[in-house]
Amino acid sequence: MAEYEDLYREIILDHYRAPRNRGELPVPPAHKIEGFNPLCGDEVVLYLMVTDGVVTDVKIAGQGCSISQASTSMMSAAVKGKPVAEARKLIRAFKALMSIHESKLDGVGDGSDLAAELENVRFGDLEALQGVVKFPVRIKCATLAWNTLAQGLDEAAAD
Amino acid sequence: MGLDVARIRGDFPILCRQVHGNRIVFLDSAASAQKPVSVLDAMDRFQRSSYANVHRGVYTIAEEATAAFEAARAAVARFVGAGASSEIVFTRNATEAVNLVAYTWGRANLAPGDAVVLTEMEHHANVVPWLMLAEERGVELRWIPLTPDFRLDLTHADDLLRGAKLLTVSAMSNVLGTINEIGPLARAAHAAGALVLVDACQYVPHSATDVAEWGADFAAFSAHKMLGPSGIGALWARAELLETMPPFLGGGEMIRDVTKAGFATNDVPWKFEAGTPAITEAIGWHAAIDYLEAIGMADVRAHEVELTGYALDALSDRFGERLTIYGPCDTAVRGGTVSFLFDGIHAHDVSQVLDEDGVCVRAGHHCAKPLMRVLGVPATSRASFYVYNDEADVDALVVALEKAEKFFAL
Ligand SMILES: Cc1ncc(COP(=O)(O)O)c(C=O)c1O
Repeated sequence: MAEYEDLYREIILDHYRAPRNRGELPVPPAHKIEGFNPLCGDEVVLYLMVTDGVVTDVKIAGQGCSISQASTSMMSAAVKGKPVAEARKLIRAFKALMSIHESKLDGVGDGSDLAAELENVRFGDLEALQGVVKFPVRIKCATLAWNTLAQGLDEAAAD
Repeated sequence: MGLDVARIRGDFPILCRQVHGNRIVFLDSAASAQKPVSVLDAMDRFQRSSYANVHRGVYTIAEEATAAFEAARAAVARFVGAGASSEIVFTRNATEAVNLVAYTWGRANLAPGDAVVLTEMEHHANVVPWLMLAEERGVELRWIPLTPDFRLDLTHADDLLRGAKLLTVSAMSNVLGTINEIGPLARAAHAAGALVLVDACQYVPHSATDVAEWGADFAAFSAHKMLGPSGIGALWARAELLETMPPFLGGGEMIRDVTKAGFATNDVPWKFEAGTPAITEAIGWHAAIDYLEAIGMADVRAHEVELTGYALDALSDRFGERLTIYGPCDTAVRGGTVSFLFDGIHAHDVSQVLDEDGVCVRAGHHCAKPLMRVLGVPATSRASFYVYNDEADVDALVVALEKAEKFFAL
């Protein structure tokens, strides 16, 4: 098996080919957040509707590689309808999943709280993105959507 | 005369290694070229036998180091057709060379409302320094657009140049491969009263270069794209310009005298070379130039024209409409840098699959985001050729691309 098949699991390709929640939401009341990966030009556009502490709707747009777009699609499906607190928890958990390299790159965290973050989190489809960790240059592709979501939740909270 | 690629390849130790069990197929020389053993040896030998700081000591090895360093400058000058060694300022790279012009000549000569003309195909190195001047002092930037066949659209060039102070243009695009004919552009710019800066970073490594024949005023290029080491590049500028330009960085080497009250600058080119330069790298660059001259730049160019033609044919024969090539199809007006995109498959995903076969191509925006926006794509794949590449490398690329297309097929 080619090494890249570990990266491109079938479920990832499925989200890439048929992204969930693609579209736009009226701004306002929704928030529109754009995330860029300056290295490769990947672009994530997130429309986020937060009502009474719940992510009531998410739409996504943008363009990029299969990893960034699949991660965005999976993210949208994972947080839609979830309380903000849960979405934030998922962001931390996902970044922990990716952080074996990234926390080192960013010079934060020693990995000891990784296990705590990952416990009791149901990743579902997102688990398939774990293979990305073996391809360090692609980690930023996978985390782009989540950083964008974090920014969106912050903006929504500031309202 | 075709190049003896098998023999040339033997001069490059890195090309003997394997990646994922496959022969390495290095198709990313536009980003940075590999180094022949003669360059590695020259640097090693110098460090072992003659290394010392330059222009400082009177002891033997300091004199040897200074002589070798200045011989490298002379070689660079000769290689690009400069009138004198003193017209070559060593920099860290082409980027620093462009910034040097923007910082010293630009700040001395550009006032709010003055225009700098550039093109839509410029590398960020030849965009951002001008955007910085635009922001800082209200310099106006005018952009020469592209034709549908990825060349400069000069229909309105005279209007764009009217009243401009500078035309800055790449001699060869690092994305499209397009070679821009500098001579006529320089004449038009001069007629309009503008100076001409050439980003020669992709041109100098691949074609015989004669800055005098171009009739340009400045040229910027890097050693690492022409078989030399990273860490050194050069600005060529006409002597009179260097004489009148204010210095760049301040420090040792660039001064004639310093008092508590002030300083007097050194002669050109050292006036622009503050601090200890990239000494060993200059020696390596000299060896790279010797290597290229031994092959002959006309033969380098002829080889790349032939190989590029082969690649363009192979890609369009095999993939047809499914693969878009961003660049001219006429090999007479383009270099061996081929950007392409599969319909519906992102460049990064293609690169990932190619890596499995040991095929190294670049994926991304290639530091040319304004161009990417013009092309309407976020990224392309880019294969680029040099003296050590041959048809077998192109064939390996095509086979790997077939795998990528099959893997990502909808
Ligand atoms: C056309 C062009 N200009 C400028 C540069 C900048 O070169 P360097 O990174 O060596 O400064 C490059 C390198 O990528 C280039 O291709």
